[in-house]
Amino acid sequence: MSQFNGIDFGTPASGATESVQLEIDGVDVTVPAGTMIMRAAAMAGIQVPKLCATDSLDPFGSCRLCLVEIDGKRGTPASCTTPVEPGMKVHTQTPRLAKLRKGVMELYISDHPLDCLTCTANGDCELQDMAGAVGLREVRYGMDGANHFETAVKDESNPYFTFDPGKCIVCNRCVRACEEIQGTFALTIDSRGFASKVSPSQNEDFMGSECVSCGACVNDCPTATLSEKSVIENGQADHGVTTTCAYCGVGCSFVAEVKGDQVVRMTPAKTGRANEGHACVKGRFAWGYATHSDRLTKPMIRAKITDPWQVVSWEEAFAYTAKEFRRIQAKYGRDSVGGLVSSRCTNEEGYLVQKLVRAAFGNNNVDTCARVCHSPTGYGLKQTLGESAGTQEFKSIEQTDVIVVIGANPTDGHPVFGSRLKRRMREGAKLIVIDPRTTDIVDGPHIKASYHLKLRPGTNVAVLSALSHVIVTEGLMNRDYIAERCEEKAFKDWCDWAAKPENSPEAMEEFSGVPADELRGAARLYATGGNGAIYYGLGVTEHSQGSTSVIAIANLAMATGNVGREGVGVNPLRGQNNVQGSCDMGSFPHELPGYRHVSDSITRALFEDAWNVQLESEPGLRIPNMFDAAIEGSFKGLYVQGEDVAQSDPNVRHVTHALESMECVVVQDLFLNETAKFAHVFLPGASFLEKDGTFTNAERRISPVRKVMAPLCGYADWEVTQLLANALGYPMNYSHPSEIMDEIARLTPTFHGVSYQRLDELGSIQWPCNEEAPDGTPTMHVDHFVRGKGRFMITQYVPTDEKVTRRFPLLLTTGRILSQYNVGAQTRRTENSRFHAADLLEIHPQDAEDRGIREGDLVSIESRAGTTALPAVITERVQPGVVYTTFHFPESGANVVTTDNSDWATNCPEYKVTAVQVARVNRPSEWQEQFQAFTDEQNQLLARRHSLPAGE
Amino acid sequence: MSADKLIKMANQIGMFFSAMPDREQAVKDTAGHLRRSWEPRMRRDFFKYIDDHGTNGLSDILLEVVKTKRAELEPPKVA
Repeated sequence: MSQFNGIDFGTPASGATESVQLEIDGVDVTVPAGTMIMRAAAMAGIQVPKLCATDSLDPFGSCRLCLVEIDGKRGTPASCTTPVEPGMKVHTQTPRLAKLRKGVMELYISDHPLDCLTCTANGDCELQDMAGAVGLREVRYGMDGANHFETAVKDESNPYFTFDPGKCIVCNRCVRACEEIQGTFALTIDSRGFASKVSPSQNEDFMGSECVSCGACVNDCPTATLSEKSVIENGQADHGVTTTCAYCGVGCSFVAEVKGDQVVRMTPAKTGRANEGHACVKGRFAWGYATHSDRLTKPMIRAKITDPWQVVSWEEAFAYTAKEFRRIQAKYGRDSVGGLVSSRCTNEEGYLVQKLVRAAFGNNNVDTCARVCHSPTGYGLKQTLGESAGTQEFKSIEQTDVIVVIGANPTDGHPVFGSRLKRRMREGAKLIVIDPRTTDIVDGPHIKASYHLKLRPGTNVAVLSALSHVIVTEGLMNRDYIAERCEEKAFKDWCDWAAKPENSPEAMEEFSGVPADELRGAARLYATGGNGAIYYGLGVTEHSQGSTSVIAIANLAMATGNVGREGVGVNPLRGQNNVQGSCDMGSFPHELPGYRHVSDSITRALFEDAWNVQLESEPGLRIPNMFDAAIEGSFKGLYVQGEDVAQSDPNVRHVTHALESMECVVVQDLFLNETAKFAHVFLPGASFLEKDGTFTNAERRISPVRKVMAPLCGYADWEVTQLLANALGYPMNYSHPSEIMDEIARLTPTFHGVSYQRLDELGSIQWPCNEEAPDGTPTMHVDHFVRGKGRFMITQYVPTDEKVTRRFPLLLTTGRILSQYNVGAQTRRTENSRFHAADLLEIHPQDAEDRGIREGDLVSIESRAGTTALPAVITERVQPGVVYTTFHFPESGANVVTTDNSDWATNCPEYKVTAVQVARVNRPSEWQEQFQAFTDEQNQLLARRHSLPAGE
Repeated sequence: MSADKLIKMANQIGMFFSAMPDREQAVKDTAGHLRRSWEPRMRRDFFKYIDDHGTNGLSDILLEVVKTKRAELEPPKVA
């Protein structure tokens, strides 16, 4: 347990609203009913000795240290398992208890190596603390005889932590953490009595077990049995800084434990509302990329991408960039340049980039990588409910009875939410999974989905239409809710449409491949099973009908009355850490901050007044439109902060052709990423550990990002944007990101109440936060929808153009894996690559056999867009006719294969459906060979980088 | 920009709204979506293609949009 993570109350909070009054050691204490005595004592400042208890786990009652005496009761009950009762008089320190505790500790210490001074946990060890607390002065049994530590073999297989069974006291905390918090059940206690020991899986080492390296066991270990290797290597931290993870859209709060400016470890913050003390392998351990030797920390320029880089000063880099952008605009027009800001950047950085584009470039050509993941969410939820955001907080799932997961793989993509989901299922909630693949939540330890609608890729709308049909025709709607809250005519039109026979499960089965009776059963369960909550991911949005699917989901939720209270809702699981925030900040080309269209003259006037500039009223180019315009010749300059479009965007050859067609590509990043290999200016970036700011997660939760080390390149990213704006002649003079947030709050109604001071006070804030909701809004659309009346919209199923043919008979769909993150620029530079060292192609045994493919064979994947080659994995996780891969490694070329088909409303690419053929090959594809040659050449040009002589 | 792509995108937008029972509203919404989300040069290239090559390839609802809503979709003149 981290010493920087607050008080350990020993047992969890009860959550009850009624109070109980009792007396502990003569002190009157009032606590919620159901609280255990141990916690009640801790709340009164009285620490009862303990070893097997910690407040992140249910009480267990095994160590016998926390015994207490209670007036009128016999014996010495364990305080961790005894609930408070009114009028109870408890004594935590008596001669009898002292003797018992000392005896227990004596037994523990008689089988423990006494190497405290050289132990990793020295000073941070609960066993050591308890020996002191009970006043242990001798071990009468001596150290002779059988013990566990002399022959113990340390398991160092995991890249991030060690397991030393010789220091284990078999308190079960690690086993319970794996079960209760993470839900993986990778650990157990093997054997009985003296032979009892913690065992990963069936006596495997940690790497060989089901362990997912979330770190929950390490967190809860009271001794040095489970220790972070970073602490073993560096010693313990001297201070902790609470900050926010820079990986997925869960937005976990962490304590960065720091020694000087060196991060020693990251521990999940107990007070973090998104994660409540839990973490995953990425946030918990994969932060070493921040100081990786690949980091580039000096600005560089070059005239052509075939030139070696020239290292220049910041001033020269800004002057060169500004001169180039102004030259391009003078030659090709004001609209010939634009900017992209990654959803990995902070809110303040996103805000500044769109301000730079709108105010300094003078156009609206700004976009964010939310374009290629959740732009349909923004559109669909705004049209139906009135706000481009999810409706709940993650904790809401604790009140859910029926969970629907569509096109999302939370245990890989959003692991900490995945653990919440599994926990709720173990408590009895039902689950419906709509996914072409069998993901881990479909059937796992102590969880099993009631329905897995294993649809064909590209048929989400067909399935959602069928569910709507059942709910409408079988009278499963919540009529009172709809009458009170939704537009009457739109609802009637929708009902008439949904009831048509062509939308029935029986009709839609032909398209989706999902048996009609399963569709009917799932619809009935969602509509009648109590609180129903829908969680969805990129498997919904990244389709030609992505926006239609989001609208269909909102329709289902409104029809069943499942919006506007805890336990229900429509919940997009955002891909990257700040997808929600980047959208909120006006990073889309048609919207100013707060989702206000650029044609809205009142909003424009507000920003024009604040920014002292005239703003363009026409929408700008979206990312794919920028690429098309570049190839066509009207778009020549691009400023890219933190995105890697040359790897992440579909149809890579089209993207790189576009980049090669531009005259000035500026990339600001930690590394020379794939896009930077096509750049003319490289501006070094700063990691999340090197700057202040905020991220907004999938719950609309704005959380602080706090600097724990100085930027390696000298500037935080917001400062770089500001200096570039100044070089372009548009003045920006912020001295701290808090001033940027103050400006955002001033100009954006849903952010009026947000400030760094309020974030410090509250820890995090869910917007809207303003005069009506000064502490934020955990649940949206309570009493009424943001748009006034909820709007049902007809969602006609339209098959994608990406159809299977004799030439391309399989459908490729893409996704993520737990240990890698997006383009992998961060996680590939950590030990996480030991869990997943390459992208692989999953193929069904039947399809493999038809093609003579064996496990591990190199296979080509050819689509209408391009060809790549990957090793094959034969698995029934995918259905016949479907293949699957991840896109974490640039050389894999997953996006060489994906096409530039896109969502009708937002141009979000259709990553999830590509018709392909797969065949055994004995060499990489032509593209891969060209990629390797180009990469080698660019690495050479980087290695040959040089500084300009003074004066040149 | 690529005319094929622009026409495909326009037809996709029209396809969504054409499912609505009120045809007049569907035409209006299709035009509104084009107006609010397409950058001026996309609209300019779209109309230029139609002027140069005719309306072949456009769906019925897009034909109605071009016929009845073109004035509001015309991008501002380039200075």
